[in-house]
Amino acid sequence: MLSRRAERFKTSEITDETLYWSRREFIVGGGALVLSASAIADAAPSAPAGAPLKASHNDTFSAKEAPTKFESATTYNNFYEFGVNKDDPAREAHRLKARPWTIKVDGFVQKPKTYDVDELIKLFPLEERVYALRCVEAWSMIIPWIGFPLNALLKQVEPTSQAKFVEFTTLLDPAQFPGQRPGFFGGGLDWPYVEGLRLDEALHPLTLLTVGMYGQVLPNQNGAPIRVVVPWKYGFKSAKSIVRIRLVGEQPKTAWEKAASQEYGFYSNVNPNVSHPRWSQASERRIGEFRRRPTQMFNGYADQVASLYAGMDLKKYY
Amino acid sequence: MGRRGRLVVKIAVWAVGLAPLAALGWWIVRDDLGANPISLITNHLGDWTFRLLLASLAMTPLRIVFGWGWPALLRRLLGLFAFAYAALHFSVWILLDHFFNWGQMAEDIIKRPYITVGMLALLTLVPLAATSTTGMIKRLGARRWTRLHRLVYLTGVLAALHFLWLAKVGRTDQYVYVAVLAVLLGVRVVNWARRFARRPEKIPHPRPATPP
Repeated sequence: MLSRRAERFKTSEITDETLYWSRREFIVGGGALVLSASAIADAAPSAPAGAPLKASHNDTFSAKEAPTKFESATTYNNFYEFGVNKDDPAREAHRLKARPWTIKVDGFVQKPKTYDVDELIKLFPLEERVYALRCVEAWSMIIPWIGFPLNALLKQVEPTSQAKFVEFTTLLDPAQFPGQRPGFFGGGLDWPYVEGLRLDEALHPLTLLTVGMYGQVLPNQNGAPIRVVVPWKYGFKSAKSIVRIRLVGEQPKTAWEKAASQEYGFYSNVNPNVSHPRWSQASERRIGEFRRRPTQMFNGYADQVASLYAGMDLKKYY
Repeated sequence: MGRRGRLVVKIAVWAVGLAPLAALGWWIVRDDLGANPISLITNHLGDWTFRLLLASLAMTPLRIVFGWGWPALLRRLLGLFAFAYAALHFSVWILLDHFFNWGQMAEDIIKRPYITVGMLALLTLVPLAATSTTGMIKRLGARRWTRLHRLVYLTGVLAALHFLWLAKVGRTDQYVYVAVLAVLLGVRVVNWARRFARRPEKIPHPRPATPP
């Protein structure tokens, strides 16, 4: 009964929200000094999760809301590779070895390449973006992510004209991911976790390849060392701990579609008008708030992304 | 079992019945309800409703299988605790989760089968709780009372469906509850079948027609 609770972080491990924001102001305010070439080199997180990670704040792409408490964002997670309960990822996260890590980018591209994650991070300037995260279970958070647009990487590998979709694959290793071990009752997902986006979705400037959050190297339970963040879609579309990005011609068969296609469609855009069989999607509970609030179309990103779906029946393509 | 023994088991049942509430109180005092307190409280109360319901359903099988008399003394108390937790679980849903948003709740009850059956499970417990007193047993008569209280088997099945339908893909603890329920109801079925088989033949053997 008491064990169902998440292991609490030591107070020393928690970034206080005010401290976090003051640090961010320092980073932004320090401007010229902090964002010099040497600082960007410093940003390479060969250090473990939790080490400070510098990035320039991207105001244009940031929500104007206060971030969710760091402790909530790191102890209340859906990351089935670590277990199905919300507190499993924080408890089991130490099993994942996030460094060294390679990520293979291949498929319909001119220049397929396997990158070391630290090498990859140095290739592109890191940005901080405060995004709304909406879980299909009708709760949401505000997270300051650190990363770079996925399109920057995709441009480097040069997709060919046959590339229509992008498929993300999460690490498969039951030794590091206890949730991938076969359970007594079976169940679970068809591992490895596979997610996908249409090429234009993947190239959209909002789609962020993410290596940090809250001014730190990405914690393991949040998808270290590298994950994608697609803020206008339900959280499960944002694949974590990615080892492979493959450009393909056919719509990828995603892990959740395989598990329950009537519940989880390929698009899974946040849409208050299309309800999930078990959760109404009309409203959500922002973690840290008491009352539910209405859910916004495309999670509030309609202005930027609605045009991607012009003419599509979003009830059919849910 | 003597008076002392009965007292001890009753105190134990009270302790088990109140401990989950005490734990909840402790978490509230320590501000340790996690990132989504409403969800935690709802699930905690729901889990304990089902556990106490299974405990109350386990008393008769204990008598059947082991021949013990004392479990029957605890059945009412366990059943009432289960009802209390079900009522709290439901109240949290109205008060904390939806905050009296009746439209939203009505939509949930109609559209989401797991909520529909959960609601029905609670409704089936109401007449059982209302007729739980010794006075009501006397007023109804033991036979009718017993027949009415078989409704709890339906409660168990509805609670199982509630849990099965709300559980996400990958989750497995619901199957443990369902398996326990199946065993507890199965023992009764086997017991009835054996009693039925042992029942003396009532239909008279056909006799040759008596000659006129």
